[in-house]
This record gives sequence, structure tokens and C-alpha cells, in this order.
Amino acid sequence: MLVNPIKNGIVLDHITAGRGMELYRILKLNELSCPIAIITNACSLKMDRKDIIKIDGNVPLDLDIIGYVDPGVTVSTIEDGDVSQRIHLKLPEQITGVIRCKNPRCITSVEQELPHTFRLDDPENRVYRCIYCESKAK
Amino acid sequence: MRSLIGILDLSTEEIDALIRVAEDIIANPDAYREKCKGKKLATLFFEPSTRTRLSFEAAMYELGGNVLGFSEATSSSVAKGESVADTIRTVNCYADIIAMRHPKEGAPLVASAKSQVPVINAGDGGHNHPTQTLTDLLTIHREKGRLCDLTVGFCGDLKFGRTVHSLIEALSRYTGIRIVLISPDELRLPEYMQNKLGSLDNVTFTETKNLEAAIPELDILYMTRVQKERFFNEADYIRLKDSYILTPEKLTGAKPDLSILHPLPRVNEISVAVDDDPRACYFRQALNGKFIRMALMLMLLDIQ
Ligand SMILES: [Zn+2]
Repeated sequence: MLVNPIKNGIVLDHITAGRGMELYRILKLNELSCPIAIITNACSLKMDRKDIIKIDGNVPLDLDIIGYVDPGVTVSTIEDGDVSQRIHLKLPEQITGVIRCKNPRCITSVEQELPHTFRLDDPENRVYRCIYCESKAK
Repeated sequence: MRSLIGILDLSTEEIDALIRVAEDIIANPDAYREKCKGKKLATLFFEPSTRTRLSFEAAMYELGGNVLGFSEATSSSVAKGESVADTIRTVNCYADIIAMRHPKEGAPLVASAKSQVPVINAGDGGHNHPTQTLTDLLTIHREKGRLCDLTVGFCGDLKFGRTVHSLIEALSRYTGIRIVLISPDELRLPEYMQNKLGSLDNVTFTETKNLEAAIPELDILYMTRVQKERFFNEADYIRLKDSYILTPEKLTGAKPDLSILHPLPRVNEISVAVDDDPRACYFRQALNGKFIRMALMLMLLDIQ
């Protein structure tokens, strides 16, 4: 299957197969006006199958969100047809506004204005905890 | 400017320094009577806790300072729906330091992020209560002269007991700590805490359901309440509750220098017959709470 190479833009590669659409939604890529290609179940040397997202345009992406959803993703920035930067993501130390604390005893349950922030507590088991009440993110 | 939200905000060096100051206050109370002259402590108690509030207020008065505040949310602007952040901004106009208790977990953290003056967490729901832990540590240090090389038994509700979790976290930073967890199956220490303990080299821990059998090896016995609402059915509660009540009989095999602690208030988990035993420290513990809060306020206000 062929998707034209992009000249200036961003490629999210090595997305776990099946997570491409999830990333598309969470990153709100539907709100962008530039061309976007989502390739699912592509063959890969490193993994059996993978998803790829190609964005034809330079848009700011929240790498922490991508790292949280799928820490194995590689983010390549393309300039004039060449890769100018390649970042291998890892689990972010802290994420804000991606998951919500569901603990009814947490201060965030009564104060709507507070940002929902979680801190990485146990990288091995991918455990994040609310900075306010320390509940585990579900 | 610093605040105290959880016990791990303090390094062991800082905890040791606080204990030194508290012990100096006990030895030389006159030297401290005017240390906080002109300073004001605001006690913001969004839920009532007379014991903790009185301890903070007595601590500030003994340092020569003054106290203002409220003791429950119904009498404050919170009842009208004001946010923690707005309350703190207002209180910042009047107070040099804040002690805050709140039913919601994390509220003092929100307060400290907005405050221009130090905030002390005086208990946030079932979450943190660092001045209780400091009180426990001072008590252990006064009774034993050290915070290392101790066998410490925790008995009762180890699942929900926040004072237990926080004291275990604090002690597990010292060397030679042996922890004995004594509880029914329903109230065992949560797995993530057991995993954390298991990964430490300076701490060993064992689990048992039998209080009486565990007592002889202990230097410290930390008792907590076993609450009825923690059990699925009344029968289990009735079957188990007596096993976790400390009586003079269960103390038969205990070390002569055992120290028995309890965060208070007690219901029935320590029989009153134990109160006169010199090894019962829980009433001395309450007094220690005032001294360590004095030391803490001096530290956060940067007063030597
Ligand atoms: Zn929370």
C-alpha cells in the first residue's frame, strides 16, 4: 500500500497495531485541516504489525500524551522531505488533562477548575498516581 | 517558603533536626516562649478535629504567637462554596503560617500551591497526616533514643490506616528496621506497600495474624483501631475483634522495655487495664505532638 511521502510534517511510527485511531482521537487530529494518513496493520521489521500516522503539515503535538498512550512510538519531523529530528518516546514523568481522577474523596471531585495531573510512580508496571490523592490511574 | 504536605516531603536529616529541636524545647521550655512573638497561625479546619487543632494552637501559644481560624466548614465561607485557592488568598493577608485540615484528599496541596506562607497538612481525608507521623517518630525517639535498629509491630487495620502507612514509609528510610505486620486477612497492608517494602535492603518485614505470638520480639507495638464498617459481615468482625485487642494477658511475654503506641482516639483496641503499665506510651505521645508541632513551625518560619 502506498501513501505519498510528505515534504514537511510529522510521522508517528511504530504505533502498537490498533492504537492509531485512539491516538488520532486523543490528539484531536480531526480538528486539523492538513492532510492526514492513518495506516493500520502495516508490516514492520521490529514488530509484527504496527500503525503509522502521517501528518502533512507542521503542527504542535503533545509528546507526553503520545508517550502515555503508547510509549514505543517514534516521532519523526520531516523538513524538505528529510527527517530533521527523530524522537523515541518514553513514559512521561507527569501528564495533565489526559486522564481524570475518579476517587470521590479527591479534591478534584469538588473543585472543577483544578487540572487533573498524574505522576509516574512505577515505570515498570506503568502506574500513574493522582498528585492530589495518590490514587492509581485506571 | 516551604510547606509540609506528606511526611516524605522531609528528608531524614530534617526529621532528625526536628526531633533535636523538639527535645531541646522539652528540656529548655523558657528559651522558646517568645520565639514566635508577633506571628500568627491560622488553623483552617474544614472538618472538625479538636485534638489536632488544640495541639497546633497550644504549640503556637507556647511559642509566644497568636492563633486565628475556624474549626468547621459550616461557619466559614466554604459553606458558601468558596474554593480552597480563594480561601487561602484571603487568609494569606492575615497569617504567617497555616495549619489546614480538609475532608478531601489533596486539598492542602492545592492550598500550598497558592499560598505565600507555609501550609501544614493537618490531615486530608484518609490520605496524609504528617504531623501525626512526626509525633510518632518523636515518641519512638524519646522512648528508645534512636530511630534505627528496631523491631516495630503494627497491629489492627493495616489496609486503611493512614497513620500506619505513613509511619512505615518514614521508618523504612532508617537502617535495621524490622517490621511485623499483625492483622486479619481482610485488613492486610496493601500489596503495593508490601512490594515497596520488599524492594528495600534496609528493611525486613513479616506478616502474622497472631498478636500474642508476635509480641515477645517487639521493641515498639503500634496499635490501631479495627473498625466494624471495614468488614463484610458482622460475624467476621465479632470473630476477629478480640484477637486484636491488647490486654495485660497478651503482654505477658513482652519485652520489659516495649513501647506501646496508638494515634488516639482509642475505642476498645487497648484495654484500659494496660493504661497504667509503664510501657503504655500513648498518652505521652499526645504531649509529644505539641512539641514536634512547635519544632515544625519554627522550621517552616525559618526561626532559629
Ligand atoms: Zn485524585
